[in-house]
Amino acid sequence: MLTGLAAAFFYLFALIAVASAVMVIAARNPVHSVLFLILTFFNAAALFLLTGAEFLAMILLVVYVGAVAVLFLFVVMMLDVDFAELKAGALQYAPIGALVGIILVAELAVVLGGYALSPNVAASVAEPMRDLAERHNTAQLGDILYTDYVYAFQIAGLVLLVAMIGAIVLTLRHKEGVKRQVIADQVARDHRTAIEVRKVESGKGI
Amino acid sequence: MNDLLSSYLPIIIFLGLCLVIGLALMLAPFILAYKNPDPAKLSAYECGFDAFDDARMKFDVRFYLVSILFIIFDLEVAFLFPWAVSFGAIGWFGFWSMMVFLGILTIGFVYEWKKGALEWD
Repeated sequence: MLTGLAAAFFYLFALIAVASAVMVIAARNPVHSVLFLILTFFNAAALFLLTGAEFLAMILLVVYVGAVAVLFLFVVMMLDVDFAELKAGALQYAPIGALVGIILVAELAVVLGGYALSPNVAASVAEPMRDLAERHNTAQLGDILYTDYVYAFQIAGLVLLVAMIGAIVLTLRHKEGVKRQVIADQVARDHRTAIEVRKVESGKGI
Repeated sequence: MNDLLSSYLPIIIFLGLCLVIGLALMLAPFILAYKNPDPAKLSAYECGFDAFDDARMKFDVRFYLVSILFIIFDLEVAFLFPWAVSFGAIGWFGFWSMMVFLGILTIGFVYEWKKGALEWD
């Protein structure tokens, strides 16, 4: 459990995270929503740090703040941003939002229920976290991720492959008639194919 | 645990300083700056036109493709970190498990290259 200063920082970061998460759905401008989402990510990273999950905190910053938030910004800018229309259509998505909310609450209930049934559930999982002074968090992850959890790891690779191919298939449209540089063709050219010597009779053109 | 958290103390100090400097720069103009509002100051100036239409326009979907490809390779690199840190502990199995993972993503990379997804047009 966190005590003293750590607990104070926990409440600070948790409060900012919840407040900025509320602002994500309350902000009128979608770009502001994304910026508040970034603030939420930062605070979630700080909460990870407080639990000792240093690697996850840094990955949250690198991947979510560095890449996913940029993706969200692109997606927001790809929409035809018409604020009046966005406000009018927001309520029709409320049932889906409520469904997602109910699922998340149910998951939280499962976690808290498990904690209520066996208070030291954290120690009885497959790989309880060892003392950080003995071996730090990133190394503890590395010790099990590539050997004990090799199937999950390889499935992660396949999911990334499918995501890559899916994104290319769905969004890649080449314009017709664009001339591209083909380096192999350029390198394969030599003086025999590049120039041609023609006899030109005097008084006539080619 | 507390060693870990106290090693992040400089970052907290840094964040606090950022907050102070940012707030000071935002609030100082309200207090110090000379204010004399006039509608003419906000009107189109000399050869300025009135706006024809909204400045917001749709981004090309290709930005999205670049961004998602970046995320995928970003994650690939993220997986390399713990692998490198505990390289001595996981043995040959861990080594080959990462090589298979990299191989799978290299297939995707070759596909992407050959499809021309890395080119703009």
